[in-house]
Amino acid sequence: MFNPSLWRFRRFSDAMPELLNLQREMNRLFSNAGQKSPEDYPAVNIWEKEGSAVVTAELPGIDPEKMDVSVSGEILTIAGSALQETFAKGETYLRQERGIGNFKRNIQLPFQVNAQAVEARYEKGILIITLPRIKENLPKKIKIK
Amino acid sequence: MVEKDMQKMENLSATERVRNVKTFMPRVDIFENKDSLFLVADMPGVDEKTVDIELEKNVLTITGRVENGRIKDATMMYSEYEIGDYERVFTLSDEIDREKIVATVRNGVLRLELPKAEKVKPKKIAIKAA
Repeated sequence: MFNPSLWRFRRFSDAMPELLNLQREMNRLFSNAGQKSPEDYPAVNIWEKEGSAVVTAELPGIDPEKMDVSVSGEILTIAGSALQETFAKGETYLRQERGIGNFKRNIQLPFQVNAQAVEARYEKGILIITLPRIKENLPKKIKIK
Repeated sequence: MVEKDMQKMENLSATERVRNVKTFMPRVDIFENKDSLFLVADMPGVDEKTVDIELEKNVLTITGRVENGRIKDATMMYSEYEIGDYERVFTLSDEIDREKIVATVRNGVLRLELPKAEKVKPKKIAIKAA
């Protein structure tokens, strides 16, 4: 009698994506409280996909040649410098909000990364790094005798 | 850099989207020389097809649509930034020659060159000696 009926649960599932979204927002709000510092630039989102982590970061207007992505063990490092605007004579600033200069950020991942298979793409100002897990560390299926 | 500067700012006054997405204010640099006004805006996730620039009288509106900020078939584990569209409106004080506006988007940065109209360019007036 007190068991949640599966039938009722199914009606709920429509609202699930919305609920998960809300939960994520709340986590984001609280987990980062009071921790922001320049070392936290760029902001990253981390995704999980088939045994690899995908790290995305918004880095508009950066020369991909001058971006440095490296992995050692379980630490991912993203470093680079924003393009400097060069000014011709007679140009004056009216408003300046952009510009971040140099940045460097270390991100610790929850597993050892297969450094050989790491892929990084930079498109539309977004850096996307795919970091596969080392094969030996993937969860093993254990056969029950 | 303070926290406020690092996070994207939500544009609460922007017109609401039909899609359920947030709208952010792109960060901009504006500079000028005697011929033109230049505007550079950070809009990561936007390309030349999804950016829209509108100049009505002296109101300049920049909008950018971010189509797919999500990674296909992946689950989000940790999030520090949100994904959404961009919108920002400026009132320009100078008369702009709208035929000659040049806009480019590269690596998520929009660059706008707004040439000033001929009649508002400052003219030096020579004073003749009496």
